[in-house]
Amino acid sequence: MSSQSADPNVDQKERSGKNMKNRTPLVITLIILTVLIMLFPLFLIRGAEFEGSDGAGSEMVDEVSGGEYEPWFDPILETLIGGELPSEMETLFFCIQTGIGVGVIAYCFGYLVARKRYNTSEKTYADELQPSV
Amino acid sequence: MFFSRIEKVVLGLTVFVAAFFVLPPTAEAMHIMEGYLPIGYCLAWGAVALPFVVIGVIRLRKTIQENRRALILLAMSGAFIFVISSLKIPSVTGSCSHMTGTGLSTILFGVTSTSVLGVIVLVFQAILLAHGGLTTLGANTFSMAIAGPLVTLLLFKAGKALKLNKLVNVFVAVSLGDLFTYCVTAFQLALAHPSETGGVLASLVKFLLVFAPTQIPLTIVEGFLTVLIVIGMESFAKQELAASSYGKVI
Repeated sequence: MSSQSADPNVDQKERSGKNMKNRTPLVITLIILTVLIMLFPLFLIRGAEFEGSDGAGSEMVDEVSGGEYEPWFDPILETLIGGELPSEMETLFFCIQTGIGVGVIAYCFGYLVARKRYNTSEKTYADELQPSV
Repeated sequence: MFFSRIEKVVLGLTVFVAAFFVLPPTAEAMHIMEGYLPIGYCLAWGAVALPFVVIGVIRLRKTIQENRRALILLAMSGAFIFVISSLKIPSVTGSCSHMTGTGLSTILFGVTSTSVLGVIVLVFQAILLAHGGLTTLGANTFSMAIAGPLVTLLLFKAGKALKLNKLVNVFVAVSLGDLFTYCVTAFQLALAHPSETGGVLASLVKFLLVFAPTQIPLTIVEGFLTVLIVIGMESFAKQELAASSYGKVI
């Protein structure tokens, strides 16, 4: 199996790698736009608290159903520690979650980038893998 | 010609994005909170979600056995959900919300495999972060890791059939799938908490207005991020990508 016949759906342009170069402006534009969208509200409504969404959701439930809704089950962690999770701890856990994810993605991309660099052609890589599969 | 092609694209995008900031401010939520669904609904949504997860586990095992090379993309799409759903992003309404990140694994591995990855993240958040909940796990799994991905997959396949530009296709499918997740969440809440005056429908409209408009900027961000990582994969993992359902002909 050569890389040419691997996927008939990939059009000629993509295969020749021509598209790759053209994508740099797109990548930069997307990153800038993403950052702008994420930060825009901060400057739009200055002084807002940006609280978590859970509170807003439960307030809405109260409003819609009329009267206060009493959740019939408390989060396990809150039961265990006897109270709400301190916001500093919540930040820690969120950071751990982000860290795990970023770590895995960075490791994989590192591996992929190195593989591309040290394998002069993708074809060799495919042929190399074939017998072992 | 006054503008070059890139300038036109940038201009178009900025106008498009700016349009969303004109939307009225409302409150929002992401997952359904612990204890906020009556037990009947918890069980029912769990029962709906369970088959997807079970099939997903079977399919994931098969994918890994048949194609070891898919493992790296699988790890990356799982990690992508972890990252994306941990990032709380401020919205124009003055509160924070986050995205789902399930679009990537959907276009690479399909709906059922995604549901398994979604459950892992939801359990993590429910136990450690008191975010979402164990009782609402079924409902949240259904909205974030089944219903949204279903829409993403259908749109992505339709886009492929229409020979849409692949990256545009990814953006549209992922964004709308993400948006649909919130619509489903609103529906689940409305069903369990019908309005006293107008019943389920009035309640649904209310929850929809709360959720959908403020999530739109976030869905755009999620679309962008997914496109970015797909570009990265196309550059460095072309063969793996070709073997995934992303590269398959419809």
